[in-house]
Amino acid sequence: MTKIGILDYGVGNLYSLKVALEKLGVQPITTSSLVSRNDYDGLILPGVGNFSRVTRSLGRTKDFLVDWVKDSNPLLGVCLGMQLFFESSEEGPGDGLALFSGKVRKLPSNMKIPHIGWNLLRTRRESRLLEGLGNDSWVYFVHSFYPEPTDKQIVVAETDYGVDFASVITSETKQIYGTQFHPEKSGIAGERILKNFVAMCRN
Amino acid sequence: MTLAKRIIPCLDVKDGRVVKGIHFVKLKDAGNPVELASRYRDEGADELVFLDITASPEKRKIMKNIVRSVARELDIPFTVGGGIRSADDAREILSNGADKVAINTKAIENPSLVTEIADRFGQQCCVVAIDAKRAGGNDSQSSKNGKQFEIYSYGARKATGIDALEWAKRVEGLGAGELLVTSIDRDGTQRGYDIELTRSMCDSVNIPVIASGGCGKLEHFTEVFQAANADAALAASIFHYQEYSVPNVKSYLKEKGILVRI
Repeated sequence: MTKIGILDYGVGNLYSLKVALEKLGVQPITTSSLVSRNDYDGLILPGVGNFSRVTRSLGRTKDFLVDWVKDSNPLLGVCLGMQLFFESSEEGPGDGLALFSGKVRKLPSNMKIPHIGWNLLRTRRESRLLEGLGNDSWVYFVHSFYPEPTDKQIVVAETDYGVDFASVITSETKQIYGTQFHPEKSGIAGERILKNFVAMCRN
Repeated sequence: MTLAKRIIPCLDVKDGRVVKGIHFVKLKDAGNPVELASRYRDEGADELVFLDITASPEKRKIMKNIVRSVARELDIPFTVGGGIRSADDAREILSNGADKVAINTKAIENPSLVTEIADRFGQQCCVVAIDAKRAGGNDSQSSKNGKQFEIYSYGARKATGIDALEWAKRVEGLGAGELLVTSIDRDGTQRGYDIELTRSMCDSVNIPVIASGGCGKLEHFTEVFQAANADAALAASIFHYQEYSVPNVKSYLKEKGILVRI
């Protein structure tokens, strides 16, 4: 059985993500400390918390994650989990994992913040993560910050909320995937995305 | 901007069953919460709200189990409210599968709870529910006086003397991520949302507003989105008794040029 680790930062709802993975025939392992790489076929950084607080609490887990990615093991970041891939955030001080260069920015102040609800993914290029989805899929967002990658090549889909921001990023060679929305809350489209990620963990 | 307007069925739960009343009283049975939740998900509801209307410590356990069973069925966001008295109560609800908690009475009695929940679990999961009533019992859309809407606590039973718009701004500042605004005058009447209340709420804050209370016809949805600029519309009666289904509502709204998730 495929085993996928979910990193627990100590807050929020990980239940939905666990249930979603179980329905795909995966064994989810929620853990606050990652020890052995052999325990997991893939890892998910979930979506709840505050950038500064989480980067502070990560401690040694940061090194684990950097090594994990170096060996091209599959990693999926959801919402805040995806923002952690970058160097820094306007949400507050703290160093991200710097797996990609770029910064996390605040959504434009003329919009209602948080950005809450169903919005469209506008696909910019093909990716295994979005395989089987149409060009315009509805997915569920809830966030106040968004990533601004330096390398636009990693942007797979964008979403419009006062600004066209990167809502899906991937690096297939490094096996790093990120969604600004919550696939576990995004109905059938979200299920498909998780299924695609699970398939890559099985490879 | 391509953000869809949200349609949110609401389940009021009492002793493990879904009920629906008029002006918060005269409750009628409307079914099993898990079955209704699954039906709404299948129909394409954008979110689900679950309110425990008889929350008391001894009934908490039953509720926890229902929350868990409903959460298991859902791949859409799920808000739970009713009887949340502390950040630890919120944590328990969230760890049983809710994505957001709605607080009302306790936020009025202890406003710092809003900040505590937002800080611990994130602003996005802190919904403040506001039950508002026209001051002086006047339910005409054009009543104009200084203190037009007053908020009530304890399931619309207790007047607080607090102005609804001032309260909305205050809880936004305290960390609320969304407001769920119910018109007590319209609740269960199926006479339409209180447009004036909803619009003034939307004008007063910069966080999403979910309109609630009074929906009975398709036109009511159009009105609350176009005339009041609500971000989401909550409805109970018209869905429970199958007068309309979620797809009916959405295709109607689409025809009217309102962006919905279909």
